[in-house]
Amino acid sequence: MHAPIQECALLLNALNTLIPLAAEGDGQFVGPSIGEFFPATVLFAGTPFEMNRIMLIRVLVVVAIMVFFYVATRRMKLVPTRMQSLAEMGLGLVRVNIAEDLLGKKEGARFLPLLTTIFFLVLGMNITGIVPLLNIAGSSVIGIPLVLAVISYLVFIYAGLKKHPGKFLRNSLFPPGVPWFLYLIVTPIEFVSTFILRPITLTLRLLMNMIVGHLLLVLFFLATQFFFFQADGGFKLFGLGTLAFGFVFTLFEILVAVLQAYVFTLLTAVYLQLALADEH
Amino acid sequence: MVFGTLVAAAGEAPHNPLLPEIPDLIWASVVFAVLFTFFLVKILPAVKKNLDERAEVIEGGITKAQNAQAEATAMLEKYNEQLAEARAEAGRIREAARADGVKILNELKAQATAEAARITANASAQIEAERQSALVSLRAEVGSLAIDLASGVIGESLTDDARSAALVDRFLADLEASEAEKASK
Repeated sequence: MHAPIQECALLLNALNTLIPLAAEGDGQFVGPSIGEFFPATVLFAGTPFEMNRIMLIRVLVVVAIMVFFYVATRRMKLVPTRMQSLAEMGLGLVRVNIAEDLLGKKEGARFLPLLTTIFFLVLGMNITGIVPLLNIAGSSVIGIPLVLAVISYLVFIYAGLKKHPGKFLRNSLFPPGVPWFLYLIVTPIEFVSTFILRPITLTLRLLMNMIVGHLLLVLFFLATQFFFFQADGGFKLFGLGTLAFGFVFTLFEILVAVLQAYVFTLLTAVYLQLALADEH
Repeated sequence: MVFGTLVAAAGEAPHNPLLPEIPDLIWASVVFAVLFTFFLVKILPAVKKNLDERAEVIEGGITKAQNAQAEATAMLEKYNEQLAEARAEAGRIREAARADGVKILNELKAQATAEAARITANASAQIEAERQSALVSLRAEVGSLAIDLASGVIGESLTDDARSAALVDRFLADLEASEAEKASK
């Protein structure tokens, strides 16, 4: 439970040292700032529905996902076409490898819409981080990770309370089979890890991965730009290095995008599984 | 905290990335709600239906194949049975034909034998009758001849019927007696 927080902290620390170093290279170089994630408002200014670039990207992503799945499943055939196969593969990943594996056929089918939505929403939001012209992940501001984590949190508590009314909280906080005096230690740990850290880690793991990924990419490409067009003589060669790193990290970001979507969905399923488990 | 230093290092950005803003939360909720509804109402039921149909078709195909196999086996058995039956029937017919043949042959033989016996009997009866008539006519003729001869020889008319018949009878009896005597000797 604590590993993701450490991981985030480590990444941020690394970034803290990277940014000033880059800035020191030449007095003129300006690294990426946290302001990257708070672009200017473009629509509905002053209302609660204010839209900036990132909100527009979110809407675009959802429209794109819907169009893809609508087209791919518009005329479903028993022998699938190429596009239908692709859609079925994606949906099958969530259905078979996450929902049915962890929750079983019955409960898996019950929570499948939630898990499918989480997976494709997170995947779509993440992947815009490397899509040309969009270039920033829709999940790199806290809204998406937080809303999804809260939903996941509420759903697993709801599922636990409904399946084991009255016993869910007791069994979560006082695991059966533990000597009573150990409850002095176990209960606070269980409370913190189950009811406080779960949503926080879900949120931060995704948010920090996306923030750091974006900052790294921006840093590499800004540095490349700087070395090529502003640095003198031999320093221009450094630009090749930063460009190569930028390319490699772009590929890495694809992996991170898919992995984080999978992890988020998988953890939601795991929490549900624990809440529904029969020993409760 | 790390975020403090990050923000400080990145310049005087007023934003803390961990503090959600209202529009951010609203749009995140909106996109989630829209996508969730979309999957729940439109995509997942369609996909499930398609998967079920596919499973059904595959299972149906397997069942059909099994049925066809069973049918073929049953038919083969029936065919073999019929074949065996036909063979037995043919054997039976052959046996019956053979028996019939033997019977007909025996009947024909018996018939032929009977016919032969009948013909033989007819022939012997006829011969016997002819012999009797020959004997009768011979006897009459021999009598008249003998009387003619005797009357001629003795010159005496022997036309008196009663006396001539008695004479002939006596003569013949003598003749037979002498013949029997000759035969017994």
